[in-house]
Amino acid sequence: MANAPMNDADLRATVIATLQSIAPEVEPELLRDSRPLRLQVDLDSMDWLNFLIGLSERLKVAIPESDYGQLVTLKDLMDYLKARGG
Amino acid sequence: MFEFKLPSLGADMDEGTLLEWRVQSGDAVHKGQVVAVVDTAKAAIDIEIWQDGTVLALQVQAGEKVPVGTVLATLLAPGEQAGAALASDTPRPVAGLAPLSRPPQEPAPSPASAAGEATTPVPQSATPVVPGTQARVRISPAARLKAQTLGLDVGSLRGSGPDGAITLADVERASAAQPNPSSAPATPAAATAPATDRQTEIRRAIASAMSRSKREIPHYYLLETIPMARAQQWLAQANEGRPITTRLLMAALQLKAVALALQRFPELNGFYSDGQFNPAKAAHLGVAISLRQGGLIAPALHNVDQLPLDTLMPALADLVKRTRAGSLRQSEMADASITVTNLGDQGVEAVIGVIHPPQVAIVGFGRVAARPWVDAAGGLCVVPTVTASLAADHRVSDGHRGGLFLAELRELLQQPQDL
Repeated sequence: MANAPMNDADLRATVIATLQSIAPEVEPELLRDSRPLRLQVDLDSMDWLNFLIGLSERLKVAIPESDYGQLVTLKDLMDYLKARGG
Repeated sequence: MFEFKLPSLGADMDEGTLLEWRVQSGDAVHKGQVVAVVDTAKAAIDIEIWQDGTVLALQVQAGEKVPVGTVLATLLAPGEQAGAALASDTPRPVAGLAPLSRPPQEPAPSPASAAGEATTPVPQSATPVVPGTQARVRISPAARLKAQTLGLDVGSLRGSGPDGAITLADVERASAAQPNPSSAPATPAAATAPATDRQTEIRRAIASAMSRSKREIPHYYLLETIPMARAQQWLAQANEGRPITTRLLMAALQLKAVALALQRFPELNGFYSDGQFNPAKAAHLGVAISLRQGGLIAPALHNVDQLPLDTLMPALADLVKRTRAGSLRQSEMADASITVTNLGDQGVEAVIGVIHPPQVAIVGFGRVAARPWVDAAGGLCVVPTVTASLAADHRVSDGHRGGLFLAELRELLQQPQDL
């Protein structure tokens, strides 16, 4: 919590941009924040790993594998990243 | 003098567009050097030469679309003189015809058979007409495909092959005789096909390979439920201390286990062509990779049995990335000796694959999930399991051996630390 957190809009934009680097077909306006992300976007386990690698590099946040289970929706992701100073 | 021909980069390829030469007349080349870039139905592929030599003449221009087996260039072997070679030079084959060096007695040649000569490491099936189909039109698979592509009625064609079999050359000839031949040589503009054309081409390539598989390969299918608790625990522990960039995926463990299990079951790893099975010398696993725009490619991950997981994982990540970016190497397109498909991420219970000819087996994994299980003591419990499947070619192996292979795979996944 030490870092000054990004505002929500910036954080969302970063998450979406990272997602689009993996899945270019994503249309942000069609994504529902509270629905499971992988039901909305076709991401296999390699895509998912690359997505999290991208987030952890852009936001300088470590994401242990044991936390993957909490990261289901876009909202989960943003809450998690915010809590970690992203 | 020797000829460098367009190799087949898989059973689903029957032609390619030369995008670019990387060498010129007079250049010395060495074995393994990339000499050309060819656009196939699926991707632009770097084509390597498999013999040392000096380029004598380039026979095909950039932008031309030619059938597999077409002579792309003539070369001098090391120490050979240009004059002597020129004296025995063969004229360039008419576009669309198989190379002139083909033995005349060969039955109903497919273009893939011509590619088997020296330029490609993979034996490709010549696929003679299947016995018992005399009542039907006798036609080689390549000719049938070409006729379909061109919209020609095979019943209206005259065959010049043995017993009147229709060969690829017959189809090409019939096509040329038509007023509006859609097989006209591609213009350079066609080399940079728009995405929708690429999609059409990929669908067509998959249709061709899978139809051939279902037509020719007598599949048998086996399923095995494999407990995955140990593999999951081992993976979680292994990943705990790792930065995210070096973490392993279950898919990597599964690939390694398949490669190790194959060591004792060579009859599942290799190529069936010309009526016989040729076991592969190494475990080059074709990894089925879905493309975001639809379609899939299964390029080879080489020597998987030899790779430690820490090497296998980045190699897999790189292969997936390059496949989706459309930048694969010839060896990756041609070398796979068995395919592994993992549809678990989409949440399916199990996948029963279609063998990619001339391979003889495909292994499938469904989703790893918690399911009821009866342990060794007869107690009911809940453990993570996965359904592994094997589809294999009955001409080469039987269900008994296939079952032993799946049992071996199951046991290897119980010892993840040894993978």
